[in-house]
Amino acid sequence: MSDSFYVVYEQYSKYDLAAFFQKVADRDVFGACSKENLTAEDLLTLLSPQAQLQLEPMAKRASALTIQYFGRVIFLYAPLYLSNLCDNECVYCGFKKSNNIERKQLSLAEVEEEAKAIAATGIKHILILTGESKIHTPLSYLKDSVSLLKNYFSSISLEIYPLEKNEYRELVDLGVDGLTIYQETYDEKLYQELHRGGAKSNFLYRLDTPERACRAKMRSVGVGALLGLAPFRREVFLTGLHARYLQDKYPDVEISVSLPRIQPQVSNFSPAHRLSDTDLVQALLALRLFLPRVGINLSTRENSHLRDNLIGLGVTRMSAGSKTFVGGYASKEVGECQFAVSDQRSAAEIKIAIRQKGCQPVMKDWQLI
Amino acid sequence: MDDALVIAGQIIRSRFLLGTGKFASYEIMRDAIIVSGAHIVTVALRRVDKGGRAENILDFVPKDCIVMANTSGARTADEAVRIARIAKAAGCGNWIKIEVINDNKFLLPDNQETIKATEILVKEGFMVMPYVSPNLQDAKRLKSAGAASIMPLGAPIGTNKGLTTRELVRILVEEIDLPIIVDAGLGQPSHAAEAMEMGCAAVLVNTAVATAQNPVIAAEAFGLAARAGRLAYLSAPREKSNQADASSPLTGFLR
Repeated sequence: MSDSFYVVYEQYSKYDLAAFFQKVADRDVFGACSKENLTAEDLLTLLSPQAQLQLEPMAKRASALTIQYFGRVIFLYAPLYLSNLCDNECVYCGFKKSNNIERKQLSLAEVEEEAKAIAATGIKHILILTGESKIHTPLSYLKDSVSLLKNYFSSISLEIYPLEKNEYRELVDLGVDGLTIYQETYDEKLYQELHRGGAKSNFLYRLDTPERACRAKMRSVGVGALLGLAPFRREVFLTGLHARYLQDKYPDVEISVSLPRIQPQVSNFSPAHRLSDTDLVQALLALRLFLPRVGINLSTRENSHLRDNLIGLGVTRMSAGSKTFVGGYASKEVGECQFAVSDQRSAAEIKIAIRQKGCQPVMKDWQLI
Repeated sequence: MDDALVIAGQIIRSRFLLGTGKFASYEIMRDAIIVSGAHIVTVALRRVDKGGRAENILDFVPKDCIVMANTSGARTADEAVRIARIAKAAGCGNWIKIEVINDNKFLLPDNQETIKATEILVKEGFMVMPYVSPNLQDAKRLKSAGAASIMPLGAPIGTNKGLTTRELVRILVEEIDLPIIVDAGLGQPSHAAEAMEMGCAAVLVNTAVATAQNPVIAAEAFGLAARAGRLAYLSAPREKSNQADASSPLTGFLR
């Protein structure tokens, strides 16, 4: 097997999707829907415009697979923003360097205040986030924060700037068990345009980041594209292939995918390829059918109505009661958000909504060992 | 007829064991345990939230059940051992189902790591029930290591495909002098009955009950099927050689 997903990426990134989609017939969609082991072509078939007319049979199958492999449960977590200091210029992000916002990094005492506020809601899984500033938010700061957070949470995941394998290993040894790292876009040319300068400009380094975490024995690793930057069908297709590549190569790691849709931020970025709710549902169903045992994450970027209705269709993990600004849980002041939270319900309200959908909200699904 | 299931010297009231994952609520899980008659229930330590602010799964397990923690999430023997120790400290007792899985694609157990963990945990006084792919040599090693039973899979976890490993499990039933408990893959009560009819000591089911339209009725059906299968086994003890026994002896003319 190759040393980088880039080899697979090169094989498919230039694939003529339009020509492929032209040949897709309903029977192909039904065929892909009923297979046990789907190929890359099956995934593309399920992502085709033709398949968007057959969402109901796809949903039935996706729902059955999700219940079979994950049960009638939804795992909950909360994001904790440690810092919004950032050296990058990602045009779509509220935290980009040139954005004139109040910059803040939590002191360890403040991290503890946030931890107490989140833990009071019963949440046991925390996702810590930072901007990308290795000078202001060095590994030592992350390690100190993790050591402190271990006193409050049973699972600690990262959504931070890419690290080297040995750096991930240090955090794993300390008790970190998960990493989320979005490629943002799998369109290499567009990626270069959106990430000019700064550490993030290296497409390949970011593409290989999940793999470095897998090698560092991270327990779970999540990938995804920021949907809306490029046409979604190719992005979701490559997300699925990336997840399968990692799952095949690192079977001891739990691979998951996310489907973050761009929401309006401080930067007022308007995505060129906005997804409809139908597009998002198709992406979700196609990924569930392609990767039956892979966790699928849905954040509070999406509104409560949509989130509630996606329970049981493939989503397995949701954030709850999220604050997407630094100091959001303990402070009474509102800071600058990385993205706007659409689902503003508290963790308690989300738990009730999940129960009403016939599922159990699970607050604890890992144990620091 | 005295037909008690005895594991590690303890009489177990039911030959149906129930897993506690995947249920839509702890209340449904509790009702399913009660109607199934299960005496041993497995609980993943990763889900136990003792002293937490949310509901604790252990509070919904009937008091007369034996809680057997499992090491779900362990990728190595070392992790399984650590999880077992934490489970004991968390009040889950010393019954432990060892699950070592480092293959998230098929969720197949790693027998070698399971054997290593069994060796360590038996020495520490645990009642060890290892979950394995059915393999005679590995089962013998586990018996030597002091396992209290062997738990071979019927099919990969969550697949509901039934006793697809039938022939391999049958060999374990014949050759290993320990309770053989089929765990994983049983999707229908008839699958449970099939395993019991061929002489398995018990069956463990989770997915097929927890994800049924009505989990409580499904739990009762599985409990009854395990009992029916056991009675069928007792009603017609078979030749262990598994060879046919013609009713008119083929060599009768020699007399």
